[in-house]
Amino acid sequence: MARITASVFTSHVPAIGAALDLGKTAEPYWQPLFQGYEFSKQWMKDNQPDVIILVFNDHATAFSLDMIPTFAIGTAAQYQPADEGWGPRPVPLVQGHPALAAHIAQSVIQQDFDLTIVNKMDVDHGLTVPLSLMCGQPQAWPCPVIPFAVNVVQYPVPSGQRCFKLGQAIRRAVESFDEDLNVHIWGTGGMSHQLQGPRAGLINREFDNAFLDKLIADPAAAAAIPHIDYVREAGSEGIELVMWLIARGAMKDIANNPSPIRLRHRFYHVPASNTAVGHMILENT
Amino acid sequence: MALEKPYLDVPGTTIFDAEQSRKGYHLNQFCMSLLQAANRDRFKADERAYLDQWPMTEDQKLGVLSRDLNRCIALGGNIYFLAKIGATDGKSFQQMAGSMTGMTEDEYRAMMVSGGRSVQGNRFIGEDGTAQAHRQPQGAAGKPGH
Repeated sequence: MARITASVFTSHVPAIGAALDLGKTAEPYWQPLFQGYEFSKQWMKDNQPDVIILVFNDHATAFSLDMIPTFAIGTAAQYQPADEGWGPRPVPLVQGHPALAAHIAQSVIQQDFDLTIVNKMDVDHGLTVPLSLMCGQPQAWPCPVIPFAVNVVQYPVPSGQRCFKLGQAIRRAVESFDEDLNVHIWGTGGMSHQLQGPRAGLINREFDNAFLDKLIADPAAAAAIPHIDYVREAGSEGIELVMWLIARGAMKDIANNPSPIRLRHRFYHVPASNTAVGHMILENT
Repeated sequence: MALEKPYLDVPGTTIFDAEQSRKGYHLNQFCMSLLQAANRDRFKADERAYLDQWPMTEDQKLGVLSRDLNRCIALGGNIYFLAKIGATDGKSFQQMAGSMTGMTEDEYRAMMVSGGRSVQGNRFIGEDGTAQAHRQPQGAAGKPGH
């Protein structure tokens, strides 16, 4: 039986990818940020999954205004790193896991979540920056990845509550897959940031750290945060944090037979470009 | 009946909702076309001629030509789409975001390095924070003679 053993949470700022790709990680501006992921890179080596379900959002790259699905799961064999206007990032092709992805689609749609099944999609920094932060700069990514895209660009976006329940549905889907697989689920984006208008540059340390506290110890309360609180407190793009609730909802302690989760790592840093960076690793026990 | 839009009283902020998306469809799709290198070259060769191929409003075209991102957003643009114009110009996301505040690049970068913009006074329209209408422009880039 497949099982989710851990969840990883991280921001996915494009400038982090550029800093890595251009060899700037040791510069004083970037060094404290990358330092916060040193533990995580070792943890990835020590706890290598067979598959990563990577929850992210597309930033007007694969999905134009012709159509934007609210929830989309990638069932392709491979995904190309996208050209976001600066040329594609020099990172490996992303290998998919079509069999598990199709299984999750079947199961989760039958649990009343309307997923769009995507067989062709370039993946942007939302997906590749978390992989770079957690895996460094390998010739190939360490395992297959199932891209799971959430619309957080065009309002209304899904509520935190719905995302939290979707995570629970994904856990049930994974546990009904017969092959013995060690699966990680990653929630990405955030933390507080605003990229538009005279309020651009908003950062809210208090909100972000309270969110991390809640996500660990009282995830149902984190799921109950309404959209407007993210916009008002964490900036218009802080709404990306709803994606973290999908990964949190997929952890075992949310299920009927709870077992405690273990916090392995927690990190917070301001700024990366316009954004507050948050990062956390939780393991099932 | 009025729809629920609780975000209309956040200062300095335009939420890209279904209504803005409808207004900005062609503007945003023009931006999207810049993801292809050949289109970036055509746009750079003659911006006006390239824009005239799109059924955008004149206001939207002028917003693009003057790189006035606040104006583009008011007219239905979304920052992730508008970012393709910045990429075409060789600008970073930080330069684009900063351009909407009236700060110079150095001023905006310094604000971010010192912890970012405070939420104090910037939660509701009518408070006295830096993002409020009566405090624009915020920096030297928006001052006369700059």
